[in-house]
Amino acid sequence: MANTALKAGGRFKSAVSDVQIMVIKAPAGEHALGCGGVPMLGGSETAPEGVQMDAADSGETLIGKRYVNEDESLELLCTKGGKGTLSLNGTALEVKQAKQLPSSD
Amino acid sequence: MNISTILDMAAEAFGDRIGVVCGDERMSYTELRETAYAAAQRIKASGAQYLVLLDVNSPAATVAVFAAAYADVPYVPLNYRLTPTEINELIERASPAYLITSAELRAKIQPRDDMTVVDRSEVLAEQAPEDAPPPEVGDDPRAVAVQLFTSGTTGKPKAAILRHENLMSYIVGTVEFAAADEDDAILVTVPPYHIAGISSVLSSTYACRRVVQMPNFDAAEWLRLCAQERVSNAFLVPTMLQRIVEHLDASGTKPELPALRALAYGGGKMPQTTIARAMQLFPNVDFTNAYGLTETSSTVAVLGPDDHREAAASSDPYVQKRLGSVGRATGAVEIQIRDDDDRPVGVDVPGYVFVRGPQVSGEYKQQGSQLDSEGWFPTRDRGWLDRDGYLYLEGRADDVIVRGGENISPGEIEDVLLTHPAVADVACVAMPDEQWGEAVAAAVVLKDGASASVEELQTLVRGKLRSSRVPQAIVFKDALPYSETGKLLRRVVRQEFAAT
Repeated sequence: MANTALKAGGRFKSAVSDVQIMVIKAPAGEHALGCGGVPMLGGSETAPEGVQMDAADSGETLIGKRYVNEDESLELLCTKGGKGTLSLNGTALEVKQAKQLPSSD
Repeated sequence: MNISTILDMAAEAFGDRIGVVCGDERMSYTELRETAYAAAQRIKASGAQYLVLLDVNSPAATVAVFAAAYADVPYVPLNYRLTPTEINELIERASPAYLITSAELRAKIQPRDDMTVVDRSEVLAEQAPEDAPPPEVGDDPRAVAVQLFTSGTTGKPKAAILRHENLMSYIVGTVEFAAADEDDAILVTVPPYHIAGISSVLSSTYACRRVVQMPNFDAAEWLRLCAQERVSNAFLVPTMLQRIVEHLDASGTKPELPALRALAYGGGKMPQTTIARAMQLFPNVDFTNAYGLTETSSTVAVLGPDDHREAAASSDPYVQKRLGSVGRATGAVEIQIRDDDDRPVGVDVPGYVFVRGPQVSGEYKQQGSQLDSEGWFPTRDRGWLDRDGYLYLEGRADDVIVRGGENISPGEIEDVLLTHPAVADVACVAMPDEQWGEAVAAAVVLKDGASASVEELQTLVRGKLRSSRVPQAIVFKDALPYSETGKLLRRVVRQEFAAT
């Protein structure tokens, strides 16, 4: 699995579904970002032929939810929802529980 | 990272939902996006490097925020109440410009060779075809999304810079995507050139909450629009809430607004009597006080509905007075108070307010970043934090009266004078004094038919505060000068005392 440097603002799309994400916060170094058990694609990359979603990683990823790793050094925003669990270096990401604020503007 | 993602997501999730209403005009998120696409293409083709808006609120203002983002140029809304000379000076600083305006305001603009001027109606008339490819949007988080000219008290207005990463951090950190119900609507009365005008577009679009725009505020019209559009949320500056309260009290009517659930206010100091009366008039409404600055991408502290109710119901004076605070830091920022030597101070000790967080830009185009080495932004507001982290504001650092080396905050004297039953409004400012350098002066507005003497008011202050706080001069006025967004213009009051 090819590792890539992640930086805030970067966009990735799933190779096996409609899922798209934007990087909000990223740890230093190179990492493997996955969706549905398959590496996600950067800007102009296209999905390799024949890739398929791993049945074990076929959970729903929801638009507008933020996804984080355990120490929250990585934070992604799902900008388009679809099938496929998000993962970092093979470990599934969790939905970040947002503190609900009253609307102020 | 680009704030256009906000509209993309709303259009993706709820494309048919109405995003903005103004008079008879209504636009869905899909229509807003296609109109913004078309405008972005025009901006790019013109070679402009700024999108300037010189207009009141309309759906074109909403489109402009996102069209600038799709075109990768800063959005620069201008204060349309400025003089033609001032406006043209600001345009010079945002050139080459693609400028959106209306027929009434066009006369204020001097033509320039490097400027493309279009009418709001032209922008709204053109939509990109549904199958057109989306624009190539940059994802540089450091690109400038918004440039706002602040209303400086001295010298030329400063150009505050908000980058895409600042605004996205603010929205993602404080708003839940698609949190609004289909029937929700927010009534927006702040002009497009105010930071709250921009943040309301971004927050509401991200929450997928319909925005009802009101180009010119009027209390009776505000109540009528609330009812007609079944408005659920609204943001007001203090003077607007004051006028609504006065209108209701004068007409003796109770507001019939069953849909209204939440009223947020900010942008200036809210008189305690106004908020207390508003809570009586709107018993079923949640009140939220928001504190923020242009340089912090809007809200950094919030006094929420539960804080309001708790303070109003408490028998503990320490909790009661929180109705006069601006609440606690949102989860997205930190707040610190420092003394004159830049050292953090303890609980309940007044000093300078500093803010830190990814939404804080603290940056001006000419002057550069104002953040210190640890990322803290000096707001130049004075205030203190109580034991539970509630922030109280005393006013701007520039407004402090320095009498014989002693720093005096005008706010503490004003609060005492406002407890007098005859006093409706008051501003304390510095006046030149031979002996002390500066002395305290007060401009007082009395309630209709009420009376109070200078001596009586001086005695009131002397009884509650140190003698150095007693205003040396007091003048009675019919009204105090306020900006159209509710900020007390202390500079104007000061000038009057300086001249005497």
